[in-house]
Amino acid sequence: MAVPRFWRNIPARYNLIGTKCLTCEKCYFPPRTTCPACRRAGKIEMHKFEGIGEVVTYTVIHSASEGFDRQTPYVLAIIRLDEGPCMTAQIVCDPNEIEIGMKVQSIFRKIAEEGPDGVICYGTKFAPKR
Amino acid sequence: MSIGITSYGVYIPRYRIKVEEIARVWGDDPENIKRGLGVCEKSVPDMDEDTATIAVEAARNAIRRNNTNPKEVGAIYVGSESHPYVVKPTATIVAEAIGATPYLTAADFEFACKAGTAAIQACMGEVAAGFIEYGMAIGSDVSQAAPGDALEYTAAAGGAAYIIGKKNLIAEIEDTFSFTTDTPDFWRREGMSYPLHGGRFTGEPAYFRHIVSATKGLMEKIDVKPGDYDFVVFHQPNGKFPIRVAKKLGFTKEQIQPGLIVPTLGNTYSASSLISLAAVLDEAEQGSRILMTSFGSGAGSDSFSMVITEGIDEMRDKAPTVQELLKGARYLDYALYAKHKGVM
Repeated sequence: MAVPRFWRNIPARYNLIGTKCLTCEKCYFPPRTTCPACRRAGKIEMHKFEGIGEVVTYTVIHSASEGFDRQTPYVLAIIRLDEGPCMTAQIVCDPNEIEIGMKVQSIFRKIAEEGPDGVICYGTKFAPKR
Repeated sequence: MSIGITSYGVYIPRYRIKVEEIARVWGDDPENIKRGLGVCEKSVPDMDEDTATIAVEAARNAIRRNNTNPKEVGAIYVGSESHPYVVKPTATIVAEAIGATPYLTAADFEFACKAGTAAIQACMGEVAAGFIEYGMAIGSDVSQAAPGDALEYTAAAGGAAYIIGKKNLIAEIEDTFSFTTDTPDFWRREGMSYPLHGGRFTGEPAYFRHIVSATKGLMEKIDVKPGDYDFVVFHQPNGKFPIRVAKKLGFTKEQIQPGLIVPTLGNTYSASSLISLAAVLDEAEQGSRILMTSFGSGAGSDSFSMVITEGIDEMRDKAPTVQELLKGARYLDYALYAKHKGVM
């Protein structure tokens, strides 16, 4: 990932900063600049998600793309955050542990690195809520 | 005006490796190693954990514990021997991840295993001068040790964060005193992956001389005796040194035992004395007096005398305790440990 692209997304990646429409109270992640429901009547503001949600569905990756191959097998899931929106993220747990409906909480982890001399991309993963 | 700790947070990775497993690979006698070091197992980072992620989790636990407004944190200093970048601060990653940016100062500290306590002293100075409302000092490490080196049995991973301020104290820092000399007992040169050390030279002229001198200096400065303390914490490179130095200074086993976590955690380098202090804060009561002395190779010791104030009981359970973080361990064999450490 290009350094400027990673840098622009740091608030969302580190702290789950999305947006909320004050008109209809719907939350969005990743952040949206306009509310698709309220359109011109919508009033968008930044919103920090609590980082608690549940697993909607998941897959266990055994054949990973470059940069993730050392972590196999790992769990990739769609998580519905308590505030509403769904997001895709890695779940840090034993693949035998994962199940649909499992409550999860956000954790701060290394997501990827651009080789041994490139930038390290940090961000949010999830773990079973304890 | 009083200065002290307003909150603290700890993070310890879930993975562990036992001394028996490391000894099996190198052909050592595990009972001999355990007896000699006083360590049974050590923590190991996950493959996506490093000093920065551990520092962030510890910092978030500190913020959570007393609901500090991160925008009031005016300085973040991260002490470590294993910063993920040589150039590019860990402290900025922590600052961003706790929501403290952009109006603060931040820097990485390095002084072997005492960089975290040096960071506490820097925060104390800035708070005392009125430059900042709160300062955050962190010790975090994914400790390095060459495969086959004696250090491999103890080099562990963990972090602790302390918020220093004047308001809402849970522990007032009565005073601090340092003892520093140029003593090359342990080092890592630029570009080298693992530290080297002077073997037995790391004992008397390094660990013992500096801890004894800093601790005695502090006790003389504020006119107290070992018996005036309820708890005492020393840097824990192994399970033997802190007990021996405690005895040398006139402290009892009862004073050192609550903070002695190295047998099941290992040596978390910059986080060692700070996680041990957290274990004491997890159970200390109002009015308890604590003495902590760190040690950093190279070499120096920072000694702190503190008294627990009211309010600690209410916020203690708002973040995980050290004993809670030590539970639920997952054990690795040496091959998986080597993969986690990036050795293979």
